[in-house]
Amino acid sequence: MNRFFQNPGEKIIEALITISGTVTSLTVLLIVFFLFKEGLGIFSQTPVAEGSVIAVHPQNPVKELSAKEVKEIFDQEITNWNQVGGANAPIKIFALDDITDYYTEEQIGANFEYLPQRINEIVAKDPNILAYFPDEYLSKDFSGRRLKLAKITVLGFITGTQWYPTIEPAVQMGVLSLILGTLLVSFGAILFALPLGLATSIYLAEIASPKLRGILKPVIELLAGIPSVVYGFFGLVVIVPLIQDIFGLPVGETALAGSLVLGIMALPTIISVSEDALRTTPRAMKEASLALGASKWQTIYKVMIPYSISGISTAAILGIGRAIGETMAVLMVTGNASVIPTTFLEPVRTIPATIAAELGEAPQGGIHYQALFALGCILFLMTLAINLTVDMVSAKKKENR
Amino acid sequence: MALQSNTHTQAGKRRAQAAAFWIFRLLSFLVVAILVVILGFIVVRGISVISWDFLTQMPREGMTEGGIFPAIVGTFCLVLGSMLFAFPIGILSGIYINEYAKDSWFKRFVKLMTNNLAGIPSIVFGLFGMALFVNYFKFGDSILAGSLTLGLLALPVVIRVTEEALKSIDDSFRIGSLALGATKWQTTSRVVLPMAFPNIITGLILSIGRVSGETAPILFTVAAYFLPKLPNSIFDQVMALPYHLYVISTSGTNIEASRAMAYGTAFVLIMIILIVNLLANWLRRYFSKKVKMN
Repeated sequence: MNRFFQNPGEKIIEALITISGTVTSLTVLLIVFFLFKEGLGIFSQTPVAEGSVIAVHPQNPVKELSAKEVKEIFDQEITNWNQVGGANAPIKIFALDDITDYYTEEQIGANFEYLPQRINEIVAKDPNILAYFPDEYLSKDFSGRRLKLAKITVLGFITGTQWYPTIEPAVQMGVLSLILGTLLVSFGAILFALPLGLATSIYLAEIASPKLRGILKPVIELLAGIPSVVYGFFGLVVIVPLIQDIFGLPVGETALAGSLVLGIMALPTIISVSEDALRTTPRAMKEASLALGASKWQTIYKVMIPYSISGISTAAILGIGRAIGETMAVLMVTGNASVIPTTFLEPVRTIPATIAAELGEAPQGGIHYQALFALGCILFLMTLAINLTVDMVSAKKKENR
Repeated sequence: MALQSNTHTQAGKRRAQAAAFWIFRLLSFLVVAILVVILGFIVVRGISVISWDFLTQMPREGMTEGGIFPAIVGTFCLVLGSMLFAFPIGILSGIYINEYAKDSWFKRFVKLMTNNLAGIPSIVFGLFGMALFVNYFKFGDSILAGSLTLGLLALPVVIRVTEEALKSIDDSFRIGSLALGATKWQTTSRVVLPMAFPNIITGLILSIGRVSGETAPILFTVAAYFLPKLPNSIFDQVMALPYHLYVISTSGTNIEASRAMAYGTAFVLIMIILIVNLLANWLRRYFSKKVKMN
């Protein structure tokens, strides 16, 4: 008690220190909370484009359509109501532009003042109609039935292959192509960076003279400090045209370009982590191997690499983690086409690049905005899984000692 | 016969080793060559663009002429703002984790969360910053929102740097100080922290380098596409170097005409990173000499 009155300042400082320690944890929880609060909102939304109505004749037995079905109907791939559970009759699509086929300009009114009433009449007249129009033209005594669109489901969101977040009349929210694009680019990056990085780390740890190592190490560390947008710029002006020329492609902005740029960016992480791992090999082990007549190279690949394999896999996983979350460089060189990728020579779109490219245009709180937050959630979960794996691998390593 | 085969395998072993080592040497030089090519390319193309006017003038003619002064000022504001936020909290958290926290679930929780924060992709910070600072707190696109977002990004780096620096101080110093009757805080502030200071300051400077090049977190929290004036308050938007480079190399009004400016901007960004690295190295050496002299 006496102590407290002697050092009130000290108590305050200690309280501050504890609070600071807590702030970080709170921040992480806040990030998770905000991401998931916005992101999960999408699963209570129907995928109708903002401010529009899809309506049918009141007698039509079809009560609900999925976003995919709506798109196929408007793309003329589904043409009969019986394909979506209705009567055997052709689907007749009515969009606002078609109004002139039904009524003259006088009947609509100079300022469209009779438009709601006219749309009402059209829908009431034709039992096979599927009408789509802005909700400002929905008349008060609308006799048609507004069609419900099936809510977006978690499964549909993840397995859907089409990503058209602003298409009318029903937005398509399928992220499979984005997930596959992200994985493809990251996988390609590791395929390129792991052998190179591992070789460099072995060279630095065992072969290079201390003097040479003293020069190479800071140079490689510098590689880690260069901003990703500079790598993206370099990829854009050098690697992309190069790929276009070598493979004779119409565009050079491909998964391959993304993989190369990301691979270069992942190199420093892989090199420094696996070099550290190689250096942890106990000296006694190395010397025992050499004393038994093994060459230095045999010692490296039969003793040191197996001993530090968990550290090396940590390096690989961390490299993948960096590649998955990387945004700007990928955004600039991969072409951003949201299709299911089949080869490295096609444009792909990754999750971070999608968020970066589209968030600026998505109205706050809308379905597109929420979909991008849901993408953020997926990205967060992916990187979290990777970090937990790294923790597990390194915990195992400690256990083995 | 046995002897012969032995010498034979010896020679084979030596050949295998020589071949393997040559492959490693070549691959390592390839890695360094990649870096040299990237740096060299941007330096060679960029250095001819750099002039006093380029550094001190506003961009003109849809960013095809003029300089990048507002972007330099903007980046400076963002770095300063984020550090004002990240340094105190980060350093205090590092002290908490290493000096004060007992080995409890809470300490493990804080450490786990710090690691998580370090692993979150930068674009997710951008999403969060937009949801919380821009929209929820209604800061709008502003230096304040951008600095806070970047500060969060720098936080785990600062914490880890502090923690590592403190960890490297031998326990005998703490015990000695406590035995002389100093309180915990006196020990921490007068004995442990001064000794860890060189390493902490080096790490902090490196985190400045990282923050100054980040693009994704500022996309939706502060960065302006084209804003040829300087900010008046912390609620203003600013241009920033990395975002400026992104814009003029992908979506400017005339990409070909803006190329020179893009090389110049990339050059300035790389120079910032280089200077920050050199400064950190110099400080590390300067302080280690000083410690030795004492």
